[in-house]
Amino acid sequence: MSNSRLSTHPPDPTPHPRAEEAEFVPQIAAPAALPDPGEVDLLAKAQAGDHLAFAQLYSQHKRRIYSLCLRMVGNVAEAEDLTQEAFLQLHRKIATFRGDSAFSTWLHRLAINIVLMHLRKKGLPLMSMDEAMEPASEGGPARGFGAPDIALSGSIDRLALERAVADLPAGYRLVFILHDIEGYEHNEIASMIDCSVGNCKSQLHKARLKLRAALRSYPRKEAQR
Amino acid sequence: MTEDANNLACRQFQAQLPELIGSGEDLAAHPHLQHCALCRALLVDLNTIAETARQMFPIVEPSDDLWEHIESAIWHDEKLR
Repeated sequence: MSNSRLSTHPPDPTPHPRAEEAEFVPQIAAPAALPDPGEVDLLAKAQAGDHLAFAQLYSQHKRRIYSLCLRMVGNVAEAEDLTQEAFLQLHRKIATFRGDSAFSTWLHRLAINIVLMHLRKKGLPLMSMDEAMEPASEGGPARGFGAPDIALSGSIDRLALERAVADLPAGYRLVFILHDIEGYEHNEIASMIDCSVGNCKSQLHKARLKLRAALRSYPRKEAQR
Repeated sequence: MTEDANNLACRQFQAQLPELIGSGEDLAAHPHLQHCALCRALLVDLNTIAETARQMFPIVEPSDDLWEHIESAIWHDEKLR
């Protein structure tokens, strides 16, 4: 389908929230980044129902949204479905974007809600706030005999790291992906996932500790095969 | 320092680690790390994991026909309104 075909069907800019989507409505109060004038113009056009502008927004943001979905679910077909749902939701809600935060942060938050809801429907464990705030003990340095240090045992095996990231609980995985892979700051992530900056730092630390524990046990698991 | 005291110092240091790392400050000069090889190793490992992840996971492109699916979904969505 071409962009011009869509332009014959201008969208109703009024959002149509459904009951199950109510929690997707982003309400970000984080400080806004300085907007790119080109993006402001593009956003205004897309909000006014310009499909070509919306297609351009898709073009600009598709890689990061798809990459996030793929890293969270680990499956191409599911990641594409979630990306499609994220942009469909974006189309419905774009008129509600007020520029209180960077558009990219707002869109990420929308996509994250879709991914987390998908994982909940699949019955996959996310992580409770209580668990997130527990003291970080796993993976800490044991005194006495211990597994070799990752840094001293050479470079990290890519497949082992990918497997370890995929095995993280979804909540930890999300924060790790957003911070260590996508490069978002803690305050941005906190606004995306509705938690405090301190909680975000704690989740990231626990994610890294879990990865360390997994990577340290990896050579032993391999040796047992 | 006794082993109990060492463990206590490590636990205290590690309890502060999320905030210390999150602040972005250089921890090399932290007093605890001057005499604790285990916590130094822990910190190096955590930094290595973060650095490696940054380099290992490139941004990926969705399939070319995804936009067509999205356009179609939007079109159907608008028809339902």
